[in-house]
Amino acid sequence: MRLITHNMLSCNIKGVTNGFPLKVEAEKVIEKEIDFNPDFLRHMFAKIEWKALVEAACSLGYAELPEDSPDATVIESAADESLLKKLHHALLELHLEEGALVCPETGRKFPVNKGIPNMLLHEDEV
Amino acid sequence: MSEMTSRTADIMRVSSHREVYEPCDDSFALVDALLADQTNLINHNPKLCMEIGCGSGYVITSLILLLKEKLPNVHYLATDTNPIAARVTNETLQAHGVSAEVVCTDIASCLEERLAGLVDVMVVNPPYVPTPEYEVGMEGIASAWAGGENGRSVIDRVLPVVDRLLSEKGWFYLVTLTSNYPSEICLVMRKRGYASRIVVQRSTEEENLIILKFWRDKDEEGVDKETSSESFMKQFSRSLSSFMEKQWR
Repeated sequence: MRLITHNMLSCNIKGVTNGFPLKVEAEKVIEKEIDFNPDFLRHMFAKIEWKALVEAACSLGYAELPEDSPDATVIESAADESLLKKLHHALLELHLEEGALVCPETGRKFPVNKGIPNMLLHEDEV
Repeated sequence: MSEMTSRTADIMRVSSHREVYEPCDDSFALVDALLADQTNLINHNPKLCMEIGCGSGYVITSLILLLKEKLPNVHYLATDTNPIAARVTNETLQAHGVSAEVVCTDIASCLEERLAGLVDVMVVNPPYVPTPEYEVGMEGIASAWAGGENGRSVIDRVLPVVDRLLSEKGWFYLVTLTSNYPSEICLVMRKRGYASRIVVQRSTEEENLIILKFWRDKDEEGVDKETSSESFMKQFSRSLSSFMEKQWR
């Protein structure tokens, strides 16, 4: 699971109002290099919850992202390529292979095995 | 078969498991629809494509292979309610040297909130077989086909989710049977502002498959939705019969 996916996942147990972002518990993290694509990053940037990304990246052992969200104009103009490259790495190249995602409200754990988060809910949770 | 020339997933490299639906006529018809629309899809230039109910991974892998030469940077996402299917999809993707994010969830429930409005191409081969209602949503392979009354139980839950997830320019490909009343499905989507057309129609010994494509149509919103339903249904059955005639010729 890449962090771009983590950034889109929320816990939707019935009654939960604050199921995002899921806390990451990492057991095994892998890195897979992929082509740098600034267009895609620019396209996604507006949708990314920066703080959630920074925290998740830290849980995966990557602490290079600035704590405060960069200005959209910086991303748009690609003035700071090193920042875009960091964003690329955090969003698309880090994979949580084994571990768990934890609901911030209920503490419910969703396992991640072989890179696949299992977000299925129990019968009493829907 | 070399990676460069293969246009769709290679059936020999599709992973399998007794609890996961294997690629069958419906999967092939859906991939044929995507193939038929390949040039349009490339011109559409999607950033994010998604499959709900990825099963063996045959369809999402084929979609990736169809697009990757011209559009190497598309992001792909696939979901399945069956954890084994999610794993098998990953194996199929890996066997073809491609990747997609796979999430195990009911339809797309854990993604609906944050992914809304971001999906440019959605493909769904739902459980469409008419079955008793209690069979719907059972664990394992039954979840791949059991569709409840008229095979519509899951389809009718999928439609609003797709509407929510699709971007402004989003396209949606859906596998249906004639027994699912596809014209009615088109009408439901029309009320949500979507135009539709039949991309592939195929009759096998067992089923009459229709692959529908939907897209947001500004004009659809302006029409009088209630009174024109009947003429819409007539128009749909006319286009379906012209499709079937073409096939018999």
